[in-house]
Amino acid sequence: MTTLETPPPGRAKRGNRFALPNGAYRGLLAAMGAIFVGLVAWFIISMIVQARPAFSTLGFSWIIQKTWDPTHNKYGLLPFILGTVETTAIAMVLALPIGLGTALALAYLVPHRVRQGLSSAVELLAAVPSVVYGLWGLIVLAPLFREDVEPFLTSILGWTGLFNGPNEGVGLLLAGIILFVMVLPTMVAISRDVLAVVPSEQVEGAMALGATRWQVLRKVVVPGARTGILGAFTLATGRALGETVAVALVIGNSPYIAHSVKSTASTLPALIVNNFGEATGTELSALFGAGLVLLLIGVTVNAVARVLVRSAARSGAASMAVA
Amino acid sequence: MTTLNFDASTDPILERRRAIQNAAATSLGRRKISSRIAIGICWAFLAIAIVPLVAVIAYVVVKGLPAWNTDFFTQSTVPEGIPGGGVWNAIVGTAEIGFFATAVTVPIGLLCGLTLAESDGNIAAAVRFTADVMTGMPSITIGIFGYIAIVKTTGKYSGLAGAFAIGFIMLPVIMRAGETAIRGVPRDLSEAALALGARRATIAHRVLVPAALPGITTGVLLAVARGLGETAPLLLTIFGNQYLQWNPTKPMEALPLVIYNNSSQPYANLLQIAWGAALLLMVVVLVLSVGSRVLAVVLQRERR
Repeated sequence: MTTLETPPPGRAKRGNRFALPNGAYRGLLAAMGAIFVGLVAWFIISMIVQARPAFSTLGFSWIIQKTWDPTHNKYGLLPFILGTVETTAIAMVLALPIGLGTALALAYLVPHRVRQGLSSAVELLAAVPSVVYGLWGLIVLAPLFREDVEPFLTSILGWTGLFNGPNEGVGLLLAGIILFVMVLPTMVAISRDVLAVVPSEQVEGAMALGATRWQVLRKVVVPGARTGILGAFTLATGRALGETVAVALVIGNSPYIAHSVKSTASTLPALIVNNFGEATGTELSALFGAGLVLLLIGVTVNAVARVLVRSAARSGAASMAVA
Repeated sequence: MTTLNFDASTDPILERRRAIQNAAATSLGRRKISSRIAIGICWAFLAIAIVPLVAVIAYVVVKGLPAWNTDFFTQSTVPEGIPGGGVWNAIVGTAEIGFFATAVTVPIGLLCGLTLAESDGNIAAAVRFTADVMTGMPSITIGIFGYIAIVKTTGKYSGLAGAFAIGFIMLPVIMRAGETAIRGVPRDLSEAALALGARRATIAHRVLVPAALPGITTGVLLAVARGLGETAPLLLTIFGNQYLQWNPTKPMEALPLVIYNNSSQPYANLLQIAWGAALLLMVVVLVLSVGSRVLAVVLQRERR
């Protein structure tokens, strides 16, 4: 007669060494969640509290005033808000078509053997620290822009009036180009993911109807991935708006509204990082105010982007591979 | 293209078919040409995208490698006008800040990830959304927060203030990566453990986390890679320090700070150190990113 062997008693117990009762475990998890929520709340509230003196001494209009001159107690943010918007606009005007074209090529045109390798390489480039792009822009691109690129662009596009003034190398244009290079991996990686998962029945159906390759891409693939592409674009815009050191290194940092894309200018993040060290009193709380404006822009843009990317994911597309 | 010989005028359906055939045939050449052009533009854009990205890496390698000598790894940074110097103090600073940020953030982030993975309510959805929005928050605003929360409160710049800011940047990334990895664990496993009478904590500790380990590792390493490359928050929190400083409650130096401060210097040795530091930082970040993927594959394979 055989008996069932019971496991040695010590083994079964081992699993319970760390075991909290279910209630305590749930409590611990909730507490950890609360830590995160608490940190975010602390983050937002402390920004508001620190920026308040600027609003109470300067009113609300200082945000849209044109002059930043701490020695005369003027703290207008308009030049910096415009600089932020302009550099981001230059970057995104380039990143949308080039990023989308690259993503289409990576998802549908490049031979299968190199597709995975190239796509991983693009994702890795998103990890290169931004200060490295800044260094490269300042040391390598700025002289190139001053000597060759800006004179050339002025000669062919000077009639638009956008290229007036001296060729300085650093300025809005260079900052926009650096941002374009920096956000490209984000734009490409996410849009490639959403483009690649357009149902193949639709692609094949269009091909069977006699559509050419480009007609398939333009009329079936891109519309099918529209929401995801828009989400990728918005996420990339958020990155460009908030980038600090790379822009601070190549934009020239002048507190005036730019009159040409070659002008030196500044952005909200660059303003903060350049003046934070020496600022005191009203200037310091004005910088906190600039941070608060940036925070609001960041929340808005990223919230929109996440809603778009998530609704694309829900409709059976998009991976969250790149955050 | 052959055209069918029917008396088209008698049959409206056939007439329509013939019109479509004609239209497709006459537009085919035009469509083919425009397709060629558009596809060519896509290829050109791919080239435009690759050139600057390759150029950045090539420049950093070519300009950075000559800076890598013994002094670079053993000496501290020097002020303007003094020859030589290295980045040992910055390596120590970056390593310590990365260590403290990771050590505190990983447990909290993973437990938050567990929470999110096990709950589907409205509160969890709101927390998840907040975490997603925080991952895209401009890093300078988090630097300001580090300044307000730690530097202002303690009255001094310190490595720990930097670690706090960097950790706050890493936290949502680890949370979401942890959640995604844990959600990927098959339901059967945790239900089997539940049926055996295991407590929730036991299931998390002995089933969910071990099974999700490849994904968790990738997420953590990617978050660390991102944290180490951040510059703006450090500028507002650790201040920088010419001298070697092991004490994290004092101002410290860090690699991104060296690159930022030296890049606009006219002195050749300082600029060379900036390139060397850029190469070092890039190698560390890329090793972490590539390593995380390789490690995930290895861990996954071991399991089978």
